[in-house]
Amino acid sequence: MSATLQVSVWRGGAEGALQRYDVPRYPSQTVLDVVTHIQRRIDPTLAYRYACRVGMCGSCAMTVNGVPRWTCRTHVDKVATGSELELRPLRNMPVIRDLVADMREFFDKWERAKGRFEGRARKSDDFARVAPDSPERQAADAGIECIGCGVCYAACDVVSWNRDYLGPAALNRAWTLISDVRDGATLERLRAVAGDAGCHACHTHTSCTERCPRHLSPTASIAGLKRAVAKAALAGKL
Amino acid sequence: MLWLAQRASAAVLAICVTVHLVTIVYAVRGGLSAAEIFGRTRGSTGWLAFYTLFVLACAVHAPIGLRPVLTEWLGWRGRSREAFVLVFGVLLAWLGMRAVLAVFR
Repeated sequence: MSATLQVSVWRGGAEGALQRYDVPRYPSQTVLDVVTHIQRRIDPTLAYRYACRVGMCGSCAMTVNGVPRWTCRTHVDKVATGSELELRPLRNMPVIRDLVADMREFFDKWERAKGRFEGRARKSDDFARVAPDSPERQAADAGIECIGCGVCYAACDVVSWNRDYLGPAALNRAWTLISDVRDGATLERLRAVAGDAGCHACHTHTSCTERCPRHLSPTASIAGLKRAVAKAALAGKL
Repeated sequence: MLWLAQRASAAVLAICVTVHLVTIVYAVRGGLSAAEIFGRTRGSTGWLAFYTLFVLACAVHAPIGLRPVLTEWLGWRGRSREAFVLVFGVLLAWLGMRAVLAVFR
């Protein structure tokens, strides 16, 4: 193991260039450790984003050697090419500065996919009882641990080809809500996710599933949406 | 509904392509001449029905698949794209049926 990492970091906005930094290498060092070292010890003008450092908040994702990853849980040893790292902001999002991508459109698409829980119970109703082993609960469970890091969105080629495409995370969210028996907006949500910008635009490349740091399968969620939309369409509900 | 139409036509095509390929291999291995092939297809309502189904499935399947390709590769959207794929589908159906009828009559 070389004692120093050669790290190329994107500096600038949409226009910019890679800048090279030499960073000391340590055992169990994460990519976020490397970026933090650069900002605190070498160049305080470097912009990047993080919060929890333990894989919960979804704010530190970047492109590491060409692959979108959460950097706080990505060990340098597993991704460095020899002693080289190349760090860029997430793909498919506008760059604000350096390693910070603008995630507004990413989250706006959650809204467009009706990614908000619409409860149908009233105050007077008792608590909903959802059996843990029911198919609906298990379908929701399979996708519910999304942390909104944007890795799947950055990995998705369809997003880069079709800017209107809602993307894997928003569609995964829609599927978890459709699978939620307490939710009362299934038809509106199915209408929102059907069509050229929705689940039918997915080519099933499975890049989202391959890259999801939480090991979720947005591909399976999107397939579930396609089935649900087809059933609703055949029943004349859409 | 376009997605359903494409899935349904894909299922039909999977069978049609298999039958078509087996038929080709049979015709070539058996050493059938053009005249012998025509002898089997002319007036055969079975082959007419099969290849009509094949052509119509293509005419449904290909234009629906072409729609996102036009958007993703060329950025082409809107009514002009829909008109283009509709014309493309009609053209496929017309050319295909022309060929089917040519070996039926």
